Amino acid sequence: MAKTVTDVTCPFCGSLCDDIEVQVSDDGTKVLEVFNACAIGAAKFLHTAAKDRVTRPRMRQEDGSYKEVSYDEAIEYTAHMFVNSKKPLMYGWSNTNCEAQSVGHEIAEATGGIVDNTATVCHGPSLIAIQDVGIPSCTLGEIKNRADVVLFWGCNPAHAHPRHLSKYSIFPRGFFTGKGHKGRKMIVVDPRNTDTMKLADVPLQLEQGRDYELLSAFRVAIRGEELPEKVAGIPREKIYEAVEVMKNGRFGVIFFGMGVTQSLGKNHNIDNAIMVTKDMNEYTKFAIIAMRGHYNVTGSGQVMGWQWGFPFATDLSRGFARYNPGETTSNDLLRRREVDAIMVFASDPGSHFPISSVREIAKIPSVAVVPDINPTTEISKLHVPVAVNAIETGGCCYRMDNVPIDARKVVEPPEGMLTDLEFLTRVRDRIAELKAQAPAGVRASAEAVGA
Amino acid sequence: METVTLTIKKAPTLYLEAEIISPDGLAGKTADQIRALPVHMGNEEFTLGEFFDLAGAPGATAEETKVVVTGDLSRVKYLGMKMSGGEMVIESDADMYVGAWMSGGTLTAKGNVDSFAGIGMKGGLLEINGNAGNYTGSAYRGDWRGMQGGKIHVKGNVRSDTGYFMNGGEIVIDGDADVHVGTHAEGGKIVIKGNAKSRLGGQMVEGTIILLGTVDVMMPGFKYVRDEEVDVDGKNMLMSLYVGDLGERHRKRKGEPIYGKLYIRKAAPAAAESREVRLARAREARKARFASPEETASA
Repeated sequence: MAKTVTDVTCPFCGSLCDDIEVQVSDDGTKVLEVFNACAIGAAKFLHTAAKDRVTRPRMRQEDGSYKEVSYDEAIEYTAHMFVNSKKPLMYGWSNTNCEAQSVGHEIAEATGGIVDNTATVCHGPSLIAIQDVGIPSCTLGEIKNRADVVLFWGCNPAHAHPRHLSKYSIFPRGFFTGKGHKGRKMIVVDPRNTDTMKLADVPLQLEQGRDYELLSAFRVAIRGEELPEKVAGIPREKIYEAVEVMKNGRFGVIFFGMGVTQSLGKNHNIDNAIMVTKDMNEYTKFAIIAMRGHYNVTGSGQVMGWQWGFPFATDLSRGFARYNPGETTSNDLLRRREVDAIMVFASDPGSHFPISSVREIAKIPSVAVVPDINPTTEISKLHVPVAVNAIETGGCCYRMDNVPIDARKVVEPPEGMLTDLEFLTRVRDRIAELKAQAPAGVRASAEAVGA
Repeated sequence: METVTLTIKKAPTLYLEAEIISPDGLAGKTADQIRALPVHMGNEEFTLGEFFDLAGAPGATAEETKVVVTGDLSRVKYLGMKMSGGEMVIESDADMYVGAWMSGGTLTAKGNVDSFAGIGMKGGLLEINGNAGNYTGSAYRGDWRGMQGGKIHVKGNVRSDTGYFMNGGEIVIDGDADVHVGTHAEGGKIVIKGNAKSRLGGQMVEGTIILLGTVDVMMPGFKYVRDEEVDVDGKNMLMSLYVGDLGERHRKRKGEPIYGKLYIRKAAPAAAESREVRLARAREARKARFASPEETASA
């Protein structure tokens, strides 16, 4: 008779569903069945039982093949890489818990590294805009219970956050939203006719890359000023109509995704979207929430925020925290050849970075600490597989609305496998030992570091 | 005025942070003191003498000092940062933060400079003979007080986000500008002699932008008011005045709102057409690139 674990947190997207039920084998080592989760979340749970899982670190050999090594050797290589590096980059952090992130930051402080999380190719521009103009936000629970106007801008939750619509934003019946989706107006802005847009009461299919103009047009319309005939391919009547829907709501919310953060203008688009929210608060209650991708990318921003004051791309190379996206962001560092070692942690830049950055990762000393084989592990010098966080180990995670949720351990990791927290702790301690051995003040001469 | 010349021995492997190289940083120091000044690369500190050869001597104060930097400086950051007086000449291309937060004096960069040149500038003259990167003359991250005063003259093109959160001073661009010029501007003046792309003056509260070339897509929040004669480099030009951004807050004087001003030259051809033509050309170029994979593989 299999056991059932209830109230499990799903480690896939930023919705961080916490109502999953998982059936596990009697000995607590295998996931058998997953209930309540979406197809993607369920696949992630079931994948932990895959037969082809890598359970020991793999070191790349001269001929390009990989040889299995022990965790001790992997820790030794990683610690030496950090100690020998003048400017190590630590990228990733979004698929792990806040405890591991915090230990990673200790390593960065000890070695003068740069810590950047996946927001750099995701919601980093949102964070820049928030710093520029602030953010009027709320929790997903408030949206479920109160929101009657929901605007999705440049995001497609029907595919990317599959349970978002049913759990929080459109379909649920909340305290003041007893009619469910019948009582909600849904506005969707996207250049494509996505499956989310097909559900919308007011679909606005705009020209690609003209989000900033359309957001500005919304602000002009909110103030009752005159608009040109067409903005971003949308007739002005439709813009006035959408603004009227927004003004007539009791509680409105804007959700925005990659469509605005990573298209032309980036942080300026979010900046303007936040200003739309601010303007709308003159008429009704309005909030704005970023559709964060990975389940704990928000947590990485939180931990970096309370430790160093910046939410991503923080440079500690000179002993104090500096932050300037465009300079200290991973892709700029890699493409400009500004770092001399990289640790990829709980993410996959090999799939998501431009090829010029990926080539650089392949050139410099590199360690990838991720549970499974992915394009990044195949170009890294060392792949350290670790237990899957929030399934094989617990820890603190932050939902997209900055609500912390403690993830639950469901099954045991494969025999002898370390969690990412254990691996980082041992690397941190080994670096401290190496630093204590090496006499201070010894460094490369300027001749050696010249080109 | 005394001149001190610094010649870089070789380009550093990573990037060198040399904020000390400015008239203020070197003034009143002996040759040995200058050679012992700190520069940074990654987590290590080096001395200026390890990377640069020194000739000449500085004056007693920044105002009496001229600094000339030569050699391959394309991997050196923060040249002329926070300079308050005197003169500085960068003989080649330089990396980020050239003349950042400068408050006086004259800084001439003879090559191209990378992003963040002249950010948070308060005074003085920053002249860039080549092209400039992103965020020229804009605010530092998170600061809502961008450029306050002084003048930046870029003889080439600039990339995006020029004059972000600009508050005062003047930026003149002889070439073209990429998107987001004068975003969030609350004052100051930007002159673009070439063409601009979209988002010109978005979220502008106050200030002036003068455009002699074309703009791809106008912001919806700007409305045409009238034609006016504007003085550019001593020449009177007939220009159309647009005010905006109508979506932004604006303070009022005598009951009338004060808007940001956008002047566009009358003779400018229809913008929409030029954009279509340019897009078609870009599409052709892309097609040509994908048509011959053998050539691209070798490149």
